[in-house]
Amino acid sequence: MERRQRLFGYAVGNDHGHVSPGPGAPARRVRAAVCFLLAVAQPAAGAEIPAEERRSGYEFMSRETRSMQDDEATNPGVFWLLDGEALWKRKTGAAARACADCHGDARSSMKGVAARYPAWDETRRRPLNLGERINACRTGRQKAAALEHESRDLLALEAYVAHQSRGMPIIAAPDKRMEPFLNAGRAAFMRRQGQLNLACTQCHDERWGKKLAGSTIPQAHPTGYPLYRLEWQSLGSLQRRLRNCMIGIRAEPYPYGAPELVELELYLMWRARGMRLETPAVRP
Amino acid sequence: MHEAVRKVAGDAEIRRGLVKLQIAPLIDNGNAVPLTVTVDSPMTPDNRVRAIHVFAEKNPLPNVLSVYFGARAARARVVTRIRLADSQTVTAIAELSDGSFWSDTGDVVVTLSACLEDIV
Amino acid sequence: MARAVIRLPSTARRGEIIEITTLVQHPMETGFRRTQLGEAIPRNIVRSFVCAYNGEEVFRATLHPAIAANPLLAFSTVATESGTITFTWSGDNGFSVTQSATITVT
Repeated sequence: MERRQRLFGYAVGNDHGHVSPGPGAPARRVRAAVCFLLAVAQPAAGAEIPAEERRSGYEFMSRETRSMQDDEATNPGVFWLLDGEALWKRKTGAAARACADCHGDARSSMKGVAARYPAWDETRRRPLNLGERINACRTGRQKAAALEHESRDLLALEAYVAHQSRGMPIIAAPDKRMEPFLNAGRAAFMRRQGQLNLACTQCHDERWGKKLAGSTIPQAHPTGYPLYRLEWQSLGSLQRRLRNCMIGIRAEPYPYGAPELVELELYLMWRARGMRLETPAVRP
Repeated sequence: MHEAVRKVAGDAEIRRGLVKLQIAPLIDNGNAVPLTVTVDSPMTPDNRVRAIHVFAEKNPLPNVLSVYFGARAARARVVTRIRLADSQTVTAIAELSDGSFWSDTGDVVVTLSACLEDIV
Repeated sequence: MARAVIRLPSTARRGEIIEITTLVQHPMETGFRRTQLGEAIPRNIVRSFVCAYNGEEVFRATLHPAIAANPLLAFSTVATESGTITFTWSGDNGFSVTQSATITVT
């Protein structure tokens, strides 16, 4: 018992240099103890949150952070939107084509698109998320190099496109072809993993609203991605956030672009169906 | 922090009052804490606020921000977002045109994000 | 090129107090962070901000590492006459961004 607690004590929480270890340390030990208790509890049951109880991460934030998201003059995500708008119009690649050349004005052509992603790709016979779709267009239609994961340009385009669906409800249209991938994503959400032996569902389905150290556990709906995370001090993708969570439970995170991450995204979007998109959101 | 304050105010007495520091008592993340400082002043040519200085006692560097108001400023007020390394008291000191100094403080509890990311 | 976003009214009545909100894109690297290998990440911040109204300084700020990334500064001024309001940020590594907005005062 003693040895296990010390292991969690090392495993949980890293200093970033700008956070003093003093008051954080007791919180980390409490968090480690909580996680330990969860780990020896029954296997993950995974009861879905009833539709009427679903809440966006927006509702778990302070009033100040919410107004930071709502006001376009204070939401730093706006910089990526402006970059995305410029990239949308810029001719690129061997084909010397801009997104606008095929898709016209994004404000009309991209309306509703992000709300129904990840979407089935007939050529690759699997669902693609928005970033992958953008890169597919870049390499296939624009004959340009694919943009790096989490690169400024890819995030800007993702944010710009997703922003056109802001306020629209997430659509999870039933598609038999995507069922195996959706089930794989659901299984990943329910599966215990990592040194802390935790499944996503244990925190986000069973304990949302409760506290993990100083933070309130949200329900983990991807309603605002890509989003400006205060912890990152930058805009980032859902994949980055999922990798953060996996690092947090001391599991080996899937690499960027892994099919497992797209399957998880597919499941999470299905789980959040009907909820409105907030891109670019702000989160702590 | 006292040295940093002395650099700004010299030996002058810093009185409580006139200044209102608004900051949330409990915040989501220490990386971006909204802060508003307002000074009750008519802002006339002979009775105005020259500057506002903000300090965070437990940050590695106590100075946060100094703002200076020109002749056209009708309101001595600034809104910004600051970084706080730890739970602490934030202090705002206003320098008036008559050479007097006034201050207000705000106590903030800084929580830590649950899932930290390793710096790449 | 770093971006800046300004919000202020394009028209105002003479004597009216107008609110100005500014946001500039900048990481505000504190100089206190270290890489995983322990190397210090050098300080790189916006150091100063100046707002001028038809050339006359209205508001000036000296920023320190404790100002959050993508600095937000909101303040006010009196609308006195039509003209140009300029916003200039300068900082480490030759950082310099200037934006201007016109205002019509009736």
